[in-house]
Amino acid sequence: MAINDQNIKDLNAIRKLIKQHKKNDSIFAGVGLFVIATLAVALLVLFLDLVIDGYPKMNLDFFSNFPSRKAEGAGILSAWVGSSLVLIVTFFVAVPMGVAAGIYLEEYAKKGWFADLIEINVANLAGVPSIIYGLLALGLFVYEFGLGQSILTAGLTLSLLMLPIVIVSTREAIRAIPVHIREAAYAVGATKWQVTLHHVLQYAMGGVLTGIIIGMARAIGETAPVITIGALTFIAFLPPSPVTDVVPFINFAWLDAGFTVLPIQMFNWISRPEHAFHINAAATGAVIIILTLLMNGIAIKLRYNIRKKIKW
Amino acid sequence: MVKKQEIIKAESKEFNFHYADGTHALKDINIPLYEKRITALIGPSGCGKSTFLRSFNRMHDLYPGNKYAGQIILYPDNTNILDKKVDPIEVRMRISMVFQKPNPFPKSIYENVAYGLRVRGENNKRLLDDKVEEALKGASLWNEVKDRLQDLAYNLSGGQQQRLCIARALATDPEIMLFDEPTSALDPIATVNIEELMSELKKKLTILIVTHNMQQAARISDYTAYMYLGKMIEFDETDIIFTNPSKKETEDYITGKFG
Amino acid sequence: MSKTKSTVSKALAKNIRRNFVERLIEWALMLSGLIAILITFGIVFILVTESIPFFEAVSIKEFLTSTIWTPNFEIKNYGILPLVAGTVTITGIALLVAIPLGTITAVYLSEFASHKLRETVKPILELLVGVPTVVFGYFALLLVTPLLQKIYPDLPTFNMLGPGIVMGIMIVPYIASVAEDAMRAVPMAMREGSYAMGATRFQTAKTVVMPAALSGIIAAYILAISRGIGETMIVAIAAGQQPNFTFNPVESAATITAYIVSVALGDLEHGGIGYQSIFAAGIVLFIMTLSLNILGQWTRKKFTERY
Repeated sequence: MAINDQNIKDLNAIRKLIKQHKKNDSIFAGVGLFVIATLAVALLVLFLDLVIDGYPKMNLDFFSNFPSRKAEGAGILSAWVGSSLVLIVTFFVAVPMGVAAGIYLEEYAKKGWFADLIEINVANLAGVPSIIYGLLALGLFVYEFGLGQSILTAGLTLSLLMLPIVIVSTREAIRAIPVHIREAAYAVGATKWQVTLHHVLQYAMGGVLTGIIIGMARAIGETAPVITIGALTFIAFLPPSPVTDVVPFINFAWLDAGFTVLPIQMFNWISRPEHAFHINAAATGAVIIILTLLMNGIAIKLRYNIRKKIKW
Repeated sequence: MVKKQEIIKAESKEFNFHYADGTHALKDINIPLYEKRITALIGPSGCGKSTFLRSFNRMHDLYPGNKYAGQIILYPDNTNILDKKVDPIEVRMRISMVFQKPNPFPKSIYENVAYGLRVRGENNKRLLDDKVEEALKGASLWNEVKDRLQDLAYNLSGGQQQRLCIARALATDPEIMLFDEPTSALDPIATVNIEELMSELKKKLTILIVTHNMQQAARISDYTAYMYLGKMIEFDETDIIFTNPSKKETEDYITGKFG
Repeated sequence: MSKTKSTVSKALAKNIRRNFVERLIEWALMLSGLIAILITFGIVFILVTESIPFFEAVSIKEFLTSTIWTPNFEIKNYGILPLVAGTVTITGIALLVAIPLGTITAVYLSEFASHKLRETVKPILELLVGVPTVVFGYFALLLVTPLLQKIYPDLPTFNMLGPGIVMGIMIVPYIASVAEDAMRAVPMAMREGSYAMGATRFQTAKTVVMPAALSGIIAAYILAISRGIGETMIVAIAAGQQPNFTFNPVESAATITAYIVSVALGDLEHGGIGYQSIFAAGIVLFIMTLSLNILGQWTRKKFTERY
């Protein structure tokens, strides 16, 4: 029975110890929950504040008016049109190039110094501050190429920012496709490009799309590089319409036009001392936030769905 | 069939286990573990032997939704270690485990072995030194590592890492040690080392081992349970299981007609 | 015989054409990949060539050691240190906020939270990483600084504390997300080993999971520092644009990025020294962030190689 007593005494000691240790567990769990809850509340308050401040301006006039020296009548017409046109350029430049580069790196490039070099570059480009891209664009597009402070310049600049995002997401999506799918296609006599186009790219489409949406959302909110290339902050006219009523129904004069974009309009209004302009800024901010959160939300949902659905 | 002088250290009674996805992995298992004996669990993959072993230190509690039913009684204090009121940590402090693949922590050899004691709040350097040495000797690793206790554990070979994990489990003086296919990731020489070590260890404590390797069960264990599809088919002294099993299924498995 | 021969040559011709197209496509794809290298090259080329005239006018020694930056004054001084001081101070404040909060969030999500909570919070973190920084600038200037002024009435409208704190809040989701990924990547076997010894969650997190994920967590910190240094809009809006050699958070100061913005907002005289100076400042910014990024990626790679 001596052994028995010994055991029971030990057990009591152990239980006391566990209780003590578990206290640390509960303390940390409490701290963790508190931190997450505080952050959630803080961010919620910030966003709500933005929406509430901007609410009085949220009407159709705001979207159909030009900016003005009077805060009351000012709107974001030139800004949202400018943002849309710039994004069109960005999309058509960054998507084909990014997807092609992603395909090259995953499917074609042989392991070696060249592939490594591209890879290191892509990884580093993703971390370069956006304002540096602005400087590159200022020196290269605005002056070397003589494109001026135009929609084309802004679109190209933002496509530089978006490129690494598209490349990385394309690669990840392609990498998730197992070898045996490719082997099955090769086995029936497909060429490499046919395998890539008919199979790899098809199955990777969801992942590629995610990257494109996230990249576009980022491009909408980017301010610094567009300021750096010298975008005007006060624009009370619209660029020429991309669509015309004469054959061939499209023109490219808009590419050359001066412009402003939503975040620059917001920045401009924040910098004014009058409170009335701050309301305009809040409303613009709310528009930007809603757009980017919506786009990112769709992308993240898409990604989770893909992860859940596809089991090779 | 069982020699009279044996003392029961632990015993599962009508033990059932359900995984979170609803799989009924263990059905009415009754197996005793005799004190200072080695009990081996054999059976084809997926028969539930690892699930059974992992129940002994409540590993399944780490994953939500898993359900235990029935009892595993630990003697001499008659604790049902599956009882909701019993803290899994308390169970794990009494019953330690060695895993299939060596899983040392990213720490020094010394800190790996001392981990269990540190978890128990022990910080006395002198005592830790003694215990680490004792455990490493117990795991026949001391001579190989005594000059480099501060080396990262990853620098050891696979067999050495597994003995380190045994030392880690040993340092806290457990009442029972669980081995989940401890040699399946090791080469034959390392395997022999570990088997010899287990025979040495059973002088001090009770051992439950899961093994894929029937020869291993025959070589080292005193008792063997044959499991199939979540049921315990037969339990007896190892010699009897391997020479004269009473069930046809056991015989088929042992002789290689099945499995 | 002749019939078989002609089908063979037809097939051959088809093969040649097909191979040609295949090669063409490969080249086109490779050119796209090459763009990544060209962009990096372009950045270095533009930064260097545009700032060469600047360094002809201003010695590198003055640029790196002078503590006065007054490009708009009568007597022009070009010492980058005030801008670096502003950058370092604001980033420092941001890290003081972001590292503890981000790490606690990551540990909680990875080791403590229920599956459901984690699956809810993780996407929200990813969502927050995408919020445009101009919006955070609005918060810093019009919300947080006025709030701080209630506690500390002497705080000027433009200061480093407010934007620093907001930048910290902005970086928290980034650190939390990357560090949580690193901790999740630690194999379950390692945790089981710890729990099997009778360790609690906190003990396991502190003594096993965090050390195992350390290089991944540190990579998250390093990449966060780089983000802070490169962040532009928050500081351009809320920290002021006066270059001021100070580390005092309650003073106003300009960062490297804020200086570039302030020059770009004015009338750029192409080829003037003001224009050139933003490229010189850009070089410093690029070197700082590039070295941090390389360090961060190297650390992360070391981590992923292990698991």
